[in-house]
Amino acid sequence: MVVGKIVKIAGPVVVADGMKGSQMYEVVRVGEEKLTGEIIQLRGDRAVIQVYEETTGIRPGEPVEGTGAPLSVELGPGLLKSIYDGIQRPLTAIETVTGSIFIPRGVSVPALPRDVKWDFVPTVKEGDYVEGGDVIGTVEETKSIVHKVLLPVGIKGKIKEIKSGKFTVEDTVAVVETEDGEEKEIKMMQKWPVRKPRPYREKLPPTIPLITGERIIDTFFSLAKGGTAAIPGPFGSGKTVTQQQLAKWSDADVVIYIGCGERGNEMTEVIEEFPHLEDRRTGNKLIDRTILIANTSNMPVAAREASIYTGVTIAEYFRDMGYGVLLTADSTSRWAEAMREIAGRLEEMPGEEGYPAYLASRLAQFYERAGRVKCVGSEEKEGFVCIVGAVSPPGGDFSEPVTSNTLRIVKVFWALDANLARRRHFPAINWLQSYSLYIDDVTPWWQENTGPDWRELRDEAMRLLQKEAELQEIVQLVGPDALPDRERVILEVARMLREDFLQQDAFDEVDTYCPPMKQYMMLKIIMTFYRKALEVVEKGVDPGKIAKVPVKRDIARMKFIPEDKFLKEVAPELLERIEKELEALVENP
Amino acid sequence: MEAVDKYVEYTSVSSIAGPLVIVEGVKGVAYGEIVEIITPSGEKRTGQVLEVREDIAVVQVFEGTTGLSTDRTRVRFTGETAKIGVSLEMLGRIFDGTGRPIDGGPEIIPEKKMDINGYPLNPVSRRTPDDFIQTGISAIDGPNTLVRGQKLPIFSGSGLPHNQLAVQIARQAKVRGEGERFAVVFAAMGITSEEANFFMEEFKKTGALEKAVVFINLADDPAIERILTPRIALTTAEYLAYEKDMHVLVILTDMTNYCEALREIAAARNEVPGRRGYPGYMYTDLATIYERAGRVKGKKGTITQIPILTMPHDDITHPIPDLTGYITEGQIVLSRELHRKGIYPPIDILPSLSRLASKGQGKGKTREDHPKVMSQIYAAYAEGRSLRDLVAVVGEEALTERDRAYLRFADEFERRFVSQGKDEDRSIEETLDLAWELLTILPREELKRIPEELIEKYLPKK
Repeated sequence: MVVGKIVKIAGPVVVADGMKGSQMYEVVRVGEEKLTGEIIQLRGDRAVIQVYEETTGIRPGEPVEGTGAPLSVELGPGLLKSIYDGIQRPLTAIETVTGSIFIPRGVSVPALPRDVKWDFVPTVKEGDYVEGGDVIGTVEETKSIVHKVLLPVGIKGKIKEIKSGKFTVEDTVAVVETEDGEEKEIKMMQKWPVRKPRPYREKLPPTIPLITGERIIDTFFSLAKGGTAAIPGPFGSGKTVTQQQLAKWSDADVVIYIGCGERGNEMTEVIEEFPHLEDRRTGNKLIDRTILIANTSNMPVAAREASIYTGVTIAEYFRDMGYGVLLTADSTSRWAEAMREIAGRLEEMPGEEGYPAYLASRLAQFYERAGRVKCVGSEEKEGFVCIVGAVSPPGGDFSEPVTSNTLRIVKVFWALDANLARRRHFPAINWLQSYSLYIDDVTPWWQENTGPDWRELRDEAMRLLQKEAELQEIVQLVGPDALPDRERVILEVARMLREDFLQQDAFDEVDTYCPPMKQYMMLKIIMTFYRKALEVVEKGVDPGKIAKVPVKRDIARMKFIPEDKFLKEVAPELLERIEKELEALVENP
Repeated sequence: MEAVDKYVEYTSVSSIAGPLVIVEGVKGVAYGEIVEIITPSGEKRTGQVLEVREDIAVVQVFEGTTGLSTDRTRVRFTGETAKIGVSLEMLGRIFDGTGRPIDGGPEIIPEKKMDINGYPLNPVSRRTPDDFIQTGISAIDGPNTLVRGQKLPIFSGSGLPHNQLAVQIARQAKVRGEGERFAVVFAAMGITSEEANFFMEEFKKTGALEKAVVFINLADDPAIERILTPRIALTTAEYLAYEKDMHVLVILTDMTNYCEALREIAAARNEVPGRRGYPGYMYTDLATIYERAGRVKGKKGTITQIPILTMPHDDITHPIPDLTGYITEGQIVLSRELHRKGIYPPIDILPSLSRLASKGQGKGKTREDHPKVMSQIYAAYAEGRSLRDLVAVVGEEALTERDRAYLRFADEFERRFVSQGKDEDRSIEETLDLAWELLTILPREELKRIPEELIEKYLPKK
């Protein structure tokens, strides 16, 4: 192994000589304390290393040892329910091992527990031909997720031996004889370099919406399975709550939650809450399908840079088993700042606002790792990774480099609005600024699964909301009474859309999750009200009276009624009453 | 202290720029190591290694480089990283920004030495803060409830009474009904000697000093020293909280001066500047200070932080308040407009926010009606304030009866609820009762955010 000597130290960046023979992005152990670092530049036999731990106290002359391997994550049973730092060190185990509330330097604990024995059930038999990506057995990792043990990519051959029973991740569970006669011992754990995307056979078009149960997201600004979305928002606009809602309710099999340079107490809230919250889809606990990566703002900055890659590699691994994965990163701005900090220490030529010139390409590469794919392997498997990145624009300015570069890549934009948050309109997603480029792709799904008029309803509702914004400006000047009757109806219905449809109570037991069919019916009821109201206004009914019909109060209560009851009893009755009560206004004006 | 001859001494200073000294021909110098600098006149100063290359060390001198020369300056490398000796005797004492006593008392005999940079708290070891701290100030306790382990900054402006407010909080803050040990660690950075005297007098006069540790870096002390002050203060706080089971309130003022010092060093090192000349790593740097608040598993003590910063030009989007807001759990915003109206403390509750407020409010913490009544107060005040703008356009006569009630509510709210004496220590019950009393100004049917049974129980009958 290469052993070099430190010649320079500046914050998280260390330069070492005598490193000839080492590779780019190789992991090294720095100094007497063996801090973890990664080579980020090679010039002659001199290597520039970013160190994932605090470097205070390190001296020139101390050794740097190469490990021969790039920064990699361990993949195998034991990932779920874990809480890792940015370079996949298990924080719970570190607490146990060190007995300290702090994270000291130079601690080395394996990412996957070595002492746990998993019940391995083979799914192939001796003599079967297998190739990289194929499932050779399963382990019930948690109540929610069956871990499929994959043959590492690159291996192809005949199963010579396959075991069954209880094994640790390091035990051999199978032997594969490759085509050139070599015997490979297969273990449940494999490693993968984080900066290299895991391969897939084919990317599939994003045609299925990811159902999140948030009405404004699902109905108006839908995210497709395998798609990418950004949530930019100034502080206090509910960014974290929105991400947590997604993590809790969306119909992905596995959720990876990266706390990248954010508050410690916020991560703690997730860590404390998820083991108790019920996963609506399986009835088990949410933590059973969750992996947390917590590299809070005060943890080393280089590890923050790595945390995004660690998270997305684990996401791809579960995708390769045929699962759907939602990855949320809070916040990508802090990730970009980590890149900026490292680039600054390297004295690189800065781009916009001091960010490195490669900011845009790094962001693009990261989001490009999302997608719905046909997985590698000889079997037919389909999985997806959705990436939702939070952005924290300084001063709430969306024109800054991280926000603007992100918007060039992602297909969905959920614009959080501090003004809405201040008015206590939650989720505070601004319907005029937000967009989704997946609407056309997912329309067939919605039409098939809800009603054929889904798209018309959605577009018409959107037009009303836009029209309302225009009308509001006039109202500010002349008051609502000066508007023509038709437009007063628009104002009234737009208000219903905002209050009775868009606003959603994350803390109400029923309203926190709204299934697609219920979303469709709620929208249909409001839009039926609109059409009928227009009709009766044409017949001379005063819009002021329309605003007072009793059915409106019950429309406002729709969101709190459970789906079953709503669809069977409440919705048909409401549709009938809209017709009757509005028609009655024509008869008794 | 260890014997001096243990240190390696160099006279090979090759250049001096701003607060930085470059020493050549050094050997075995550690990154972050503490350095003693002896000036040509024999004065001793302290510095820290910012960067080392094979035989060159870049040293930042905390007391500034005035009077240093390249040929007759001696530099000793101590082999130690920045540490502070801590002990319980520090309570009741006043120190300078680097931890030396300045109250005429004896040196501290340390119980142990601790690294001032500390280590990051393991997120797994934290517990969500949820114990109510009563500051006795209605505008904080009511709508912006502070809990133990929270970091809640005060965003102020030049000329606003944030210092008085800080002293009042330091004096009055308590956790109710518990005889637990409480301490205040107070760190002032770049304040004037007038302000320093004010703080010291206030602490002495009110007896608050007994349970306080005070660190003062004056405006004419070297700016660089300010980098150390909050870290020394927080290390002391961690010692008191996690080793001596005390509930510690840390007040840091003024973080703006701290950030200026950070910028000064970055500029002296020719670093690539980020927004408005502040270094790109300012977020990370501030986080290593603010994130040292918390409540952890298995420890009785906690650290609550109230950093104070003055917003340049009262601009909340300036990098200092902006980055702070992204790290801290809310903010208390002081308003120049309220101050002009003669209201003390001039806290504007609308832009203010405590993200952890809901964890410290309600039954078992304060009183059952707390969250609901405050939600109503907040909504009513917001309504009253927006009506004020309207009145400016159309005149009060054009308003309805209801609107006039809201206007009166907003005025009374500022005059009676927000405003209070500099020594007035209101219990949470007094604060909540006052809120109810103010709500009688509004028509009863306007109280839509409070359940009927609470209105029945608490609303004073007219």
